[in-house]
Amino acid sequence: MATITTTKKPPRAPETPETPAWVLWVNDHRKWLFAAPAMVFVAALLVFPLAWTGYLSLTDAEGSVRADSDFVGLRNYVDVLTDVERFWPAVGRTATFTVAALVFEVVLGMAIALLLWRPFKGERWVRVAILMPLVATPVAVGMMWRLIFDPNIGMANQVLGWFGIGPQPWLAGQHSALPTTIFIDVWQWTPMVALILLAGLTSLSEEPQEAARIDGASTWQRFRHVTLPLLMPTLTVAVLLRGIDALKTFDILYATKGRGGGSFHEVETLNVYAYGLSFDYNEYGVSSTVLIIFFLIIIGAMWALTARRKEARR
Amino acid sequence: MRPSPAYRVFRVAALVFVMLALLAPLLWMISASLKTNVDIYDPGKALAFSPTLDNYAKVLQQANYVEFIVNSLWVAFAATVASLILGLPAAYSMSRFNMRKSALVVLMARVIPGVSLLVPWYYVFSNLRMVGGFGVLIISHMFVSLPLIVYIMMGFFDSLPAELEEAALVDGLTHIGAFRRITLPLSVPGIATAGILSFIFSWNNFMFALVLSDADTKTLPVAIFDFVGYASIDWGGLMAAATVVTLPIMVIALFVQKYVVSGLTAGATKG
Repeated sequence: MATITTTKKPPRAPETPETPAWVLWVNDHRKWLFAAPAMVFVAALLVFPLAWTGYLSLTDAEGSVRADSDFVGLRNYVDVLTDVERFWPAVGRTATFTVAALVFEVVLGMAIALLLWRPFKGERWVRVAILMPLVATPVAVGMMWRLIFDPNIGMANQVLGWFGIGPQPWLAGQHSALPTTIFIDVWQWTPMVALILLAGLTSLSEEPQEAARIDGASTWQRFRHVTLPLLMPTLTVAVLLRGIDALKTFDILYATKGRGGGSFHEVETLNVYAYGLSFDYNEYGVSSTVLIIFFLIIIGAMWALTARRKEARR
Repeated sequence: MRPSPAYRVFRVAALVFVMLALLAPLLWMISASLKTNVDIYDPGKALAFSPTLDNYAKVLQQANYVEFIVNSLWVAFAATVASLILGLPAAYSMSRFNMRKSALVVLMARVIPGVSLLVPWYYVFSNLRMVGGFGVLIISHMFVSLPLIVYIMMGFFDSLPAELEEAALVDGLTHIGAFRRITLPLSVPGIATAGILSFIFSWNNFMFALVLSDADTKTLPVAIFDFVGYASIDWGGLMAAATVVTLPIMVIALFVQKYVVSGLTAGATKG
């Protein structure tokens, strides 16, 4: 008898017969049951700390994290925003670092992506080479360049010597340290931009290229008026992803110049400054103020970039 | 159309230059790790030197690096697995129900500078007596891994046709059964991509462990940073330490190149 009843029904799946009520409930509410744990995890680590940072920025908290602190209103903000010794130079360095690194990485990344665009023999090896810098640990990369850029024993000055150029101070120089760290960032992250742009190029269709060629467009004209506009969405993603990370750069700077971004604060960006205030000097109130301002700058930059992206889509 | 011969020569030259510029520093680091400090100081021995493993012996035996390697492996592995457990269902739900605003909450974690969260974290976790333990390190690394995994997997699930799950429902599976038996097995390439990238990012993470670890739970990047004391730098040892942390990850990347690239470029071509 049992065989007859089963053959009448659609093929049995293990869950279907007498499905318990809780299984039905779980299935009906899967949308939030699936999404909530991850969201709660991130929100717990994000929202509360940010609110806490906001609160601390209005206090004179310093010393131990458990010590009492007094509410001081906006005094920290006034102090920080009028601080031309450390704060504003740090803002300037953050902007210089981010913009310079981004410009070099996008231009060079685009060049490398175009070089790799059409298939060729040995492509595999070049792709492997491109991957190496960007999976390397940034702290180790910082140490590696410290040796290469060492003014006395470093290879960089040796190479310059071959071309008759005198030794440079690189990371040790008050004015050359920041450009040198930008160079390191460009070395490590240009491959990332190149890979993203290459993925974009590979997904482009051939027809617009062909059409432009038949119309007699030169290589440059094809790049400028066909490839580049079509690649714009990908380029924006690359700029957005890399820009955020460049803005957050800490490892390379701290690994090469240490606390305070060197004795003249020559590579002290907002990240390094805030980190130093928090964990080298335990000035939690002031550091929170710096971070809130930094945070607002990031939100502003993001907003400007996404607005730009929406415009590009139209 | 075939490119002109002049362009082909230029392209080969340019590509060779790019490869040299990217690889030479890394090879230089590895070669310095095989030199005595005397040879490192001697420009005449840039390439011709007799290799020695003394630096590695020093780093692995005296400086306790074996312990730090185990710490790094454990933290990266645990953070990746835990992030996959939380992130896969979340990415699935966010993709299928088009929860873009909820996704934004998770992706915010990728935008915020880690330093702005460290003071509150330090406060909370030191009150919970967790600072210096593996738990807090894993949690902080998950904060990096989870958004990455959600971001990559949302794109992957978007591209996976929902019809397959609908067919499974017709065959009598529940929604969750369809996710477990149909969607997840089909998502193995995506999961591999997300997992590998999560592991790499966790392995390379420096700032969280710098604040939240102690002498016993230190991860490799922090150990390398501590190698540079105030006295003169032991370059051979430092380069050996740097090689110990980078070489494994580069070798892994060699073998799973396809996944690393697809993870890094995820979301790039959708616009």
